[in-house]
Amino acid sequence: MAFDYEQYLRPGKLPHIWCPGCGHGIVMKGLLRAIDTCGLEKNNTAIVSGIGCASRLPGYVDFNTLHTAHGRAAAFATGIKMAKPEMDVLVVGGDGDGVAIGGNHFIHACRRNIDMTYVLLNNYIYGMTGGQFSPCTPTWAKASTTPYGNPDPIFDVPKLAIGAGATFVARTTAFHATQIDKLIAAGLRHKGMAVIEVLDDCPTAYGRRNKFRSVVDMMKRLKEIAVPVKAAAHMTPEQLEGKVLTGILHQEERPEYCEQYQQVIARAQGA
Amino acid sequence: MAKKVALLQGNEACAYGALYAGCSFFGGYPITPSTEVAEVMSKELPKTGGKFIQMEDEIAAMASILGASLTGAKALTASSGPGISLKQELIGYACIAEIPCVIVNVMRGGPSTGMPTGPSQSDVMQAKWGTHGDHPAIALAPASCQEIFSETVRAFNLAEIYRMPVQVLLDEINGHMRERIEFPEPGDLEVVDRQQATVSPADYKPFDDSQGDIPPLASFGSEYRYHVTGLNKAADGFPTSKPELVDAEQRRQLRKIEANRAAIEKNEEYLIDDAEVIVVAYGTISRSARYAVDVLRKEGIKAGLFRPITLWPFPEQRMAELAGQAKAIVVPEMNLGQLILEVERVTRRVCPIEGIGRVDGEPITPAQIVAKVKEVL
Amino acid sequence: MSSPKVEIIENYCKGCSICVEFCPTNVFKMEGFVAKVVRPEACTKCMLCELRCPDFAVKVH
Repeated sequence: MAFDYEQYLRPGKLPHIWCPGCGHGIVMKGLLRAIDTCGLEKNNTAIVSGIGCASRLPGYVDFNTLHTAHGRAAAFATGIKMAKPEMDVLVVGGDGDGVAIGGNHFIHACRRNIDMTYVLLNNYIYGMTGGQFSPCTPTWAKASTTPYGNPDPIFDVPKLAIGAGATFVARTTAFHATQIDKLIAAGLRHKGMAVIEVLDDCPTAYGRRNKFRSVVDMMKRLKEIAVPVKAAAHMTPEQLEGKVLTGILHQEERPEYCEQYQQVIARAQGA
Repeated sequence: MAKKVALLQGNEACAYGALYAGCSFFGGYPITPSTEVAEVMSKELPKTGGKFIQMEDEIAAMASILGASLTGAKALTASSGPGISLKQELIGYACIAEIPCVIVNVMRGGPSTGMPTGPSQSDVMQAKWGTHGDHPAIALAPASCQEIFSETVRAFNLAEIYRMPVQVLLDEINGHMRERIEFPEPGDLEVVDRQQATVSPADYKPFDDSQGDIPPLASFGSEYRYHVTGLNKAADGFPTSKPELVDAEQRRQLRKIEANRAAIEKNEEYLIDDAEVIVVAYGTISRSARYAVDVLRKEGIKAGLFRPITLWPFPEQRMAELAGQAKAIVVPEMNLGQLILEVERVTRRVCPIEGIGRVDGEPITPAQIVAKVKEVL
Repeated sequence: MSSPKVEIIENYCKGCSICVEFCPTNVFKMEGFVAKVVRPEACTKCMLCELRCPDFAVKVH
């Protein structure tokens, strides 16, 4: 049975702005299925983004939506969640937005373990500005500002999130559409900071500079590099060369920030 | 019943004023000389069930109060020059998305790290122009601890009424100065709460100007759902680049101030009626100016003080009227000439206008002002 | 059992050809800049085309 996306879409907003073959639409659909699975109430849900292609997502969906400034989504979301902890708060955004200009906000949201679900769409590039390299652009890949190849090493987003203290960290790709909603739903159910990285394709700004002949080529690449964590346990380092682990990479229980602050309130009020 | 009195620092008075106004959220970042505002809020807010959060940086502090404000909370942040420079990004966001909030700037020497423990009034122009793009600005400059309390309350009122960020400009002197303060009882000072949406959720548009220039802002988490963006937007909150809509939106935002100057502007005039020399001073330096005026009067010189409490919008009309009666105007300020530019502009220099600028971390003294007045006469 | 109905909303389709390439039973074919349903009877209702269509353009009923 076809999933009824329309119930969560604002009328008259499609077709969306994303380029042909951009996986952001696939992730948006997965996000809506996850929200449906978890039974989130529209009025009680805030979806916050920064700036960039992925950050346009909130405009299409019928919730409390906040398209903030470049990199600042997690900080705005923290204010919403702290002020109204009963709300379900999601953040969506890209790699440059999330871990370059927004890197500080990202790691501190992880550290606090505030109860929100951060879906980071990593397409390896600044797409909206025309293809400059991001902290997730592979070393020696081509971008409009790395005409000789990218000398920078990358951020591994899940490792960054785990290191910073996020208590639920997962990864999948835009190709693995059935896994997207399952992981986001697991993140939504998790109490604390949940980070779900979705590796995505940018045919326009990344693919054409990096010898991908088509959208399909990029999708096939996402399929090839993904190795489920359980399968990886039985693979040699040589076999894992060039692969990325997918699935739930980390999960732990740790006090959630808004609940911690409730204790501050109790102490201040002399309880 | 006698009112509760206390000996408070200006920064502390500011925090208690915010609590009186109903502030329920503070997002901050430590910076000298503003930190006491955060310290008081961290202690007092949780007692009321409010929330205090120390964010990872100044920008995040500003972001957090905007997120909180969208849920309906009255929200405050406090900082000083370097922090305000960082916050400028999201002060612009608060302007375009029309999110009420109050920003306290306890001014210190600059630019850059400058003189963290030295007083200054050199962020006056920043308070007006400090974010890119055309945008409205309200900035208040109280002089005493009692007035810091009451003007902080007024800052919250103006933020809620005009749906925009409001800055309270203190400086290292009046922020740290201790004075006796009488706590107003509830009801003594006006406290304005946010206008609520009354249309049905289906008909709600967050920037619908059909009923006036200041549309009601519904809260996140209520039955009203809407979109907020930093892009130029149409009445429904969604981005637009249609020239006529962008133009109308930009002009409406400035009109919120221009059409309501009388309600926003606030000045104090001291011995002004027959004054031949008018000293225009604000904040801490207005205290030196007042003393100087008394000294000059004793010497038979007809001096008066014009003290804008609202710096932005600048009280253009009254300033121009006063210039018509004056032989000279003296503008002492702890910078190298900022508000004097506005005085010169609005008076069209109908009389000589002289500034006293001081940026060495020391206040301008009454003697300096007395000397300058005698010089210009 | 009647065969599933596969629908392409042409106004939404941007012609990325993901559905064409990854359909296990070759239900789709590119015609110009949009995907067309050419072998509806072959559909096994695996739903992958709908899940992977970034543009909300494919519906399987």
